[in-house]
Amino acid sequence: MPASRPLSFQDLILELHAYWSARGCVIVQPYDVEVGAGTLHPATVLRALGPRPWRCAYVQPSRRPSDGRYGENPNRLRHFHQYQVILKPNPVDMQELYLGSLEAVGIDPKMHDIRFVEDDWENPTVGAWGLGWEVWCDGMEISQYTYFQQVGGLDVKPVSGELTYGLERLALYVQGVDNIYDLAFNNPQSPDFKTYGEVFLENEREFSAFELEVADVSMLQRQFADMEAAVPALLEARGRQGQPLVLPAYDHVLKASHLFNLLDARGSIAVAERASYIGRIRELCRRCAEAWLALEGGAA
Amino acid sequence: MSEFLLELLSEEIPARMQTGAARDLERMTREGLASEGLALDEVRAFAGPRRLTLVVTGLPAQQADRTEERRGPRVGAPAQAIEGFLRSTGLNADELEERAGVLFARISRPGRATPAILKELTEGIAARFPWPKSMTTGSGSFRWVRPLRRILALFDGEVVPIEIDGLTAGDLTEGHRVMGPRGPVRVRDFADYEKALDERFVVLSADERRRRIVEGARKITAAAGLHWVEDFGLLEEVGGMVEWPVAILGDMEAAFLQLPPEVVRTTMRVHQRYFAVRKGPTTDSPLSPHFICIANLEAPDNGRLIAAGNARVLSARLNDARFFWEEDLRVPLADRLPRLAGVTFHARLGSLLDRVNRIEGATHAIAPLVGADPHAACQAARLAKADLASGMVGEFPELQGIMGGYYAEHEGLPPDVATAIREHYRPQGPSDAIPIAPVSIAVALADKLDSLIGFFSIGEAPTGSRDPFALRRAALGVIRIVLENGLRFSLGNLVENLSVRAGLQPDGLLAFFADRLKVALRDAGRRHDLVDAVFALGDDDLVRVVARVEALSVFLASEDGVNLLAAFRRAGNILAAEAKKGDLPTGEPLRVATPAEEAALFDALEAVTPAIESALASEDFAAAMIAMAGLRTAVDAFFDAVLVNSEVPAERANRLRLLAKVRDAMLRVADFSKVAG
Repeated sequence: MPASRPLSFQDLILELHAYWSARGCVIVQPYDVEVGAGTLHPATVLRALGPRPWRCAYVQPSRRPSDGRYGENPNRLRHFHQYQVILKPNPVDMQELYLGSLEAVGIDPKMHDIRFVEDDWENPTVGAWGLGWEVWCDGMEISQYTYFQQVGGLDVKPVSGELTYGLERLALYVQGVDNIYDLAFNNPQSPDFKTYGEVFLENEREFSAFELEVADVSMLQRQFADMEAAVPALLEARGRQGQPLVLPAYDHVLKASHLFNLLDARGSIAVAERASYIGRIRELCRRCAEAWLALEGGAA
Repeated sequence: MSEFLLELLSEEIPARMQTGAARDLERMTREGLASEGLALDEVRAFAGPRRLTLVVTGLPAQQADRTEERRGPRVGAPAQAIEGFLRSTGLNADELEERAGVLFARISRPGRATPAILKELTEGIAARFPWPKSMTTGSGSFRWVRPLRRILALFDGEVVPIEIDGLTAGDLTEGHRVMGPRGPVRVRDFADYEKALDERFVVLSADERRRRIVEGARKITAAAGLHWVEDFGLLEEVGGMVEWPVAILGDMEAAFLQLPPEVVRTTMRVHQRYFAVRKGPTTDSPLSPHFICIANLEAPDNGRLIAAGNARVLSARLNDARFFWEEDLRVPLADRLPRLAGVTFHARLGSLLDRVNRIEGATHAIAPLVGADPHAACQAARLAKADLASGMVGEFPELQGIMGGYYAEHEGLPPDVATAIREHYRPQGPSDAIPIAPVSIAVALADKLDSLIGFFSIGEAPTGSRDPFALRRAALGVIRIVLENGLRFSLGNLVENLSVRAGLQPDGLLAFFADRLKVALRDAGRRHDLVDAVFALGDDDLVRVVARVEALSVFLASEDGVNLLAAFRRAGNILAAEAKKGDLPTGEPLRVATPAEEAALFDALEAVTPAIESALASEDFAAAMIAMAGLRTAVDAFFDAVLVNSEVPAERANRLRLLAKVRDAMLRVADFSKVAG
């Protein structure tokens, strides 16, 4: 139901939750390990593997240390929110469902130019890629729409359709605002009204300084090595049902990935080394993916 | 006339793949129908953002009965062979025919109904369709560029029951996603289909979409007293992104035009796919603070919201660009160099800073050869790559060099240094201009030669299918710069010099240059075998090589040339044949009084040889050819009248010496053994 005034940032989320919940999605909560994108949540990377159908939607706060701008850039953040939807297998009318979600948040397709522009997404750290589009709304990219073909280096069957909305972008658009920090976080009519800046500006300032200048590189490198060693160890360990500890192992892949992002933001990874680090993380992820698949095609 | 109409409706097809897809659909259809022996009148294929459409007219309703004759084994061949043949043809032994001892089978193929053939053909085409990138969807294994949604297939108004990936063909199509009536529409034939699409805001033909974009852009700019900047590459791409093109004029903050025009253009074109707008009709008219976006929607507010939305996106991007511009201007280029030490150029060639050091050294060696001030050239070389560490080039890598030029100007570096930084990547394509200022030339050559020497030293020469480091382009760039500027130096010596300086040993680089020169000359209409004929002399001064090739080309087109070439070959053949019998006599021939033709040839050689030498020394290759032509009459007469392989050893020896001398005189000019034809 389109709102009569533009939705606040949090109402955008509630509206999307209502929309996707009504279409069969399990609404899970954000994953509580640092991630750089909504895709990395186990509800996507692991659930996309194996034959079992799955529909979920969630908000994922994501950290991208290299994008830190100390709260001074009106368009770029090192911490932002993605809204993630997985439909597995991808339904025939997935495009229509997506367009319906835009209408639900107040974007009238008869007034706005919405286009599907070729863009094939990939995330080499988790060995995932697919074909699809950036979705443009009046020239602004507001979502990534992907049909996964591989995850964890393995072919997926059935294919999952993934929708990733950039919530801040979407909110800027819906509210007609130019500066992220000026977004209405909650209802402007409310006596407890807060802007996005009142909620997150300090976060941007402190974390930009931490991630770009202060973070202890040797500690990060030690921790990366620890995470790298932990993954195979956990895949060797067994739970009470005799299963390898895939989910804890995957947590450590995520930690390794975030540590890499921190090292990169500190400028301590040479161009020649990037490929090597990414390859190592990808390999860890692949092992988790295989172990997951072996559990009856995906544990509950 | 009969008509087959096919539409494959899918989710959005990448713009860049559409033209190829229409071509492939047409080609595969023609080939398939031909192999079934079905004649047709016309095949037309269309591609758009959501559909591939095919129309074939003039097919017969039924395929004609055909007889196929197949050749089998000889009569009396082993039983297995004959049985195998019978199996493959499905006949009995008594149905075979025998002709001239060979068994033949006549297989009659009754003609099938055309719709059945079309079904099979279309399903096969879909299964094999050569999309550059394709995907599976759901739980299926069928691959298509994006999920297929609907199939329309009619033969003379009747549905052809094509089945692809669980979809069955019908007689329905869909119009624009948003505009027009909702739901699918039934169509009877192509005319009906085209009309239905038009009513539902879909332009079927790519040409028509492009035409409407051009028309729309022209109209809206004219209405504002402005002009749109034509961009045919962008036009082609944008034509594949909209089913119903609507041109919308948007505003831009005028202050952004203070940014370098290349920055504004790249943001608008590459990221946003907007057309630029000028204030006047000519290409050097200043840009106007507007843009044209082509929307896929006619909105009730005439696109006001769409224009405003696009303007905000453009503003955000240009703000970012302005941020980079202002930040970048704060840092002198030289201060950026240390960062390059941390960027690897290639694992076996070191960092970008290592490369900069090599290029600087190379520039120092090249400067005197091209008349460049060594100090300015080395300064430019040192700073030419510094912009790779700038924010702007990080965001817009295609602006490398160009941004360096701006930053150098801003810093107050000498103009020739700034120009060299900006131009040193040229030429970047066959139609790109080459640098002509000496300092620019020095750095441009150094840059390309460093790449070539480097990669050829680590075994990364291009192969037939791979040239990831664009070395062909680099070599061609060197060739063009040298030839078009008339630069005189030995390429081999320069490569050797630079290689020693860099501690590298390129393998096969000169041969690669020879090859590229051949390609370049061939593209200019010269025969490449003539290049071989000149290169075989060991000359590597490209300007001189080309002058020789030109003169040779003219010469071989003349009657004298044709005859002398024949004489050269004849002499060569005789010498080769005689060499098989034993060592050829060496030393100078003597002048004998008889036969007269032998004396005449000796005299001609005496006259011609110094004339050739003196012409070559002054690099007058045309004169050298003319001088050489002076041998023609004497050589022809000699061959007509004199038996070289005389039984008298002394005569034979002298005649062989004479022939060797004729050949050697000609070899001074070109290695005629390399000339083809």
